[in-house]
Amino acid sequence: MAILVNADTKVLVQGITGHFGAQHTRLSLAYGTKIVGGIVPGKGGQKFEDKVPIFNSVADAVNETGARVSVVFVPPPFAGDAILEAVDAGLDLVVCITEFIPIKDMINVKRAMEGQPTRLLGPNCPGIVTPGEGKDSHGGCRIGIAPGYIHKKGPIGVVSRSGTLTYEAVWQLTQRGVGQSTCVGIGGDPVNGTSHLDMLKMFNDDPDTHGIILIGEIGGTSEEEAAAWVKQHCKKPVAGFVAGATAPPGRRMGHAGAIISGGKGTAAAKIAAFQDAGIAVAATPSEIAETLLKRM
Amino acid sequence: MNIHEYQAKQLLASHGVAVPAAEVCSTPEEARAAAGHFFAQGYKKVVLKAQIHAGGRGMGVFKNGLKGGVKFCGNTANVYATAKRMLGEMLVTKQTGPEGRLVRRILVGGALQHDTESFVAVVLDRNISRPVMMVCKEGGMDIEDVAARDPKLILTEIIDPVVGLMPYQARRLALALGMKDELLTPAVKLLIGVYRTWWECEATLVEINPLHVVELVDGTQSLIAVDGKITLDDNALYRHPELHALRDLDEESPLEVEASNYNLSYIKLDGDIACLVNGAGLAMSTMDIVKHHGGNAANFLDVGGGASQEQVAAAFKIILSDPGVKAILVNIFGGIMQCDIIAQGIVAAMKETHLKLPIVVRLEGNKAEVAKTLIKESGLAVITANSMAEAADTVVKLAKKSSP
Repeated sequence: MAILVNADTKVLVQGITGHFGAQHTRLSLAYGTKIVGGIVPGKGGQKFEDKVPIFNSVADAVNETGARVSVVFVPPPFAGDAILEAVDAGLDLVVCITEFIPIKDMINVKRAMEGQPTRLLGPNCPGIVTPGEGKDSHGGCRIGIAPGYIHKKGPIGVVSRSGTLTYEAVWQLTQRGVGQSTCVGIGGDPVNGTSHLDMLKMFNDDPDTHGIILIGEIGGTSEEEAAAWVKQHCKKPVAGFVAGATAPPGRRMGHAGAIISGGKGTAAAKIAAFQDAGIAVAATPSEIAETLLKRM
Repeated sequence: MNIHEYQAKQLLASHGVAVPAAEVCSTPEEARAAAGHFFAQGYKKVVLKAQIHAGGRGMGVFKNGLKGGVKFCGNTANVYATAKRMLGEMLVTKQTGPEGRLVRRILVGGALQHDTESFVAVVLDRNISRPVMMVCKEGGMDIEDVAARDPKLILTEIIDPVVGLMPYQARRLALALGMKDELLTPAVKLLIGVYRTWWECEATLVEINPLHVVELVDGTQSLIAVDGKITLDDNALYRHPELHALRDLDEESPLEVEASNYNLSYIKLDGDIACLVNGAGLAMSTMDIVKHHGGNAANFLDVGGGASQEQVAAAFKIILSDPGVKAILVNIFGGIMQCDIIAQGIVAAMKETHLKLPIVVRLEGNKAEVAKTLIKESGLAVITANSMAEAADTVVKLAKKSSP
């Protein structure tokens, strides 16, 4: 069953003709994802590589295709507008891949989304993958920039802020013959749409997910919040890893949100919260999959 | 992006926040002249403040022995002599590291009598995605210690971005700071000005510590932001060219500036194992796993999820410019990016730089096998590892072996 998206999910791509958007649309189509439309204002009526119809607006695309999900690849100055256009069109899920969006834009976007039914994933995230049944997990739903072939359909839910670290964990699982229900990147920005906790609740309710990998990093308190909930409510085994134990305070470690400021957001505090909640903590990133499998 | 205190105060002043009268000086002669202006206005003392991008200046020590990056002087001769010992000298604070930071400018201003020291800051509350203003009556000292000792001393107001900091919220905070009678209205104006600076300049931090109630030369009481710190959102600088112009490249590590020219995210650290990794999360965990195996990373370096051969070559040159490096660890998870492209970049960079240091490479994912063959066939002395743990263990041993 997986969470949020599945093989039948119809997906729109906002910014389908940009370099990055085009490259990943091709990869998603090859993976079997149902990309049913692209949005490029001014290019409505054209087709992306003779396959995918292009619309001038998200609303037009929704009317024509019935899509409920979009992915945003537009450059940072226009990304906030793209997200809110998708919200205005009443989509269920908007996945924003774009990195380097100004914080002020995201504060305004989040404020404008209050009370709206749309869920935002990201920004600055690798996206979401629900693996399919075919070879190299083909036939699933791949939204974003994750490599499709590293996945395998199965019972583990993965949620992380980072891209490559998620791939690392997924690949460890797949190499051990263990598949994933859905893999979600929530993004590395300080203002994002979906938290670790939001995803944990969904995995906890998903009958096809039997174990959860929770990957965090320094900065903010999303991991602590998730851990507190796990302690009280989670019925499934959870393994965790936190990146940045050796990061110096006050420096942004690549991700805009990965910063220890005012003594807050340290790896030590997050690991302690995980341990307190009964989450099995991997000592190194090499042991993420193994740590979960030992619990199951 | 960090900016200097004098720049921060200019931004605050342009948003209605009162700051002390002061002049930026880069020579002892300028400092003496500036001090002369303030003594002529009736100030009994002036303050000389070293302008560097690091905190803890007051408790800092110059390498020439002068104690304190913030000095008070009562006459122009003393100002000249003190400025001479500050300018062009290295100031070491708890935030600069042992090498210290070169003082190129000092801020010379009139010093005023005060009896309260408050703290005011605006930051982003990540849990609710809104700005929040924090105030504390016990400013001046290390505010983090106060927060840890007695969190109740810090009062906050959550700000709705649609309307900004409302006057009633500012009044609540001002009253909590003890601002009453004729000080209440200016305090509200100041707090709203601090918030507007945060919002309009697109800062990630605006901090005033300390905020003083002072007696002006004419005997009236006034509120003044004695120190100001502003960090700007790098992602928003494209629409603020006037703020981008405040960047001081002299205050940034030359290697970090070079890395940013190639869109590489690089942070120099104190260890001896250079790391070259794709992805921020993986780069952080690579540093962690090096530590786990008994070593220390010389840097954080994220070449990005889709690094090109040129970026890998540039990254190599940057990590090799650090003289403390004794061994190199390359950790790549080729997702979309192909490992063989990275391998080509490594081979090319090694040949070009005549690399003598031991190097361990771990390539996983897309075309990893092709990449490993490519490295083997290059005849270069590269050790390939099959897991992060193996790679970290090997590189730590090699770094220890090549240490004297």
